Amino acid sequence: VILKKRKLMTMVIEASLAHRLEEDIVECGAKGFTSSIAHGTGPRNQRSSDIEGGNVRIETVVSEEVLEKILEKLKTDYFPLYAVSCWVSDVEVVREQRY
Amino acid sequence: VDGLQLALTNLTSPPVLAFALGLLATALRSDLKLPDAVYQALSIYLLLGIGIKGGVALSESSFEQIIGPLLGTLALGIVIPVAAFYLLRFTKLDVANRGALAAHYGSTSLVTFTAGIVFLESLSLQVEGYVNTLLAVLEIPGIIIGLALAAKGITRNISWGESLREILTGKSIFLLVGGVVLGFLTGSAGYARIDDFFTGLFTGVLTLFLLELGMVAGRRIKDLKQVGVSLFIFGTSFPIIAGSLGVLVGQLTGMSMAGSAALGILAGSASYIAAPAAVRLALPEASPGIYLSASLGITFPFNLTIGIPVMLAVSQFLEGVGL
Repeated sequence: VILKKRKLMTMVIEASLAHRLEEDIVECGAKGFTSSIAHGTGPRNQRSSDIEGGNVRIETVVSEEVLEKILEKLKTDYFPLYAVSCWVSDVEVVREQRY
Repeated sequence: VDGLQLALTNLTSPPVLAFALGLLATALRSDLKLPDAVYQALSIYLLLGIGIKGGVALSESSFEQIIGPLLGTLALGIVIPVAAFYLLRFTKLDVANRGALAAHYGSTSLVTFTAGIVFLESLSLQVEGYVNTLLAVLEIPGIIIGLALAAKGITRNISWGESLREILTGKSIFLLVGGVVLGFLTGSAGYARIDDFFTGLFTGVLTLFLLELGMVAGRRIKDLKQVGVSLFIFGTSFPIIAGSLGVLVGQLTGMSMAGSAALGILAGSASYIAAPAAVRLALPEASPGIYLSASLGITFPFNLTIGIPVMLAVSQFLEGVGL
């Protein structure tokens, strides 16, 4: 019973915005994140970074409270303006103080 | 050299043909793709190489030689985006999109410029080496002025801090300016040691790079149906207007015939790497479907095939009338 419940957020965002979103995630209270280059398409498929690599997938494991903050941030600053997808899943972690 | 011959020399150069091959690859849905890491390495090579050569040439030029072209280029950096912004009124685009386009056309395209230099050198024309430095000078103000013009039309505040950081520390500017400093410090003696790498291989690397750009531009050309006739007219006529202005500035500030043509090619080119990144962050209201399609889908292929030899012809003409 060392496992604790947390939320895994996965966000896929156009590459030119990745750095800004990473900073915002940390500001909302996430203690870390993992970013990797991703290829794909979405319903809008409109981005400015055709040349400099398409998308970045950012993953972060957070508490419910931080999750709400990040979702709020996405809702106001990202969803209306940029190509970004986000989904949330339940995960279990060890060493819960790290997340 | 007569005009038709010029155009043919340009069209059959390896970089331009590679660009056409890239377009073909997209049209045929070939699985050809330059790996991201290779693309990044090639672009770093081109940016740094251009910067270093500019810096070396700068270290060998006198202050009197370069101050005129330098001030002239700064003036172009202000006049071109403002002219683009107001000329674009006829397209009925909103202020944000006109500002975004002004930022792209006010800034420059390294690859267009480089292809132009390769073209001029293939005709054995001497271009002042410090023109590479002018590229770095012309890259920045257009983006800032375009954003400032767009800011008048939107209600929200533009985050200038983040935008300026993106523009100034972005890869393009950092490597160009860093290269100029490096070249200036090392001088021609130091450059001799990297000459084989940065001069000998240069046209070959440019050829590979244009293959990839052909594929990217090919994907944009499919989107062109959305942009409309007015943007097509702008994308093919504005490079000639801005470019001719650049040639004129070159001639008036004492540059050679080929050097003035190079400045014209620079002034007529539109950015599609530095400007889109900065504009996307600062101006999300503007549509990449408009500004990228225009700069990469229309103006870049136009300049590569027609704009470059036309600038040389304009410079020859101005030289002929005794400017």
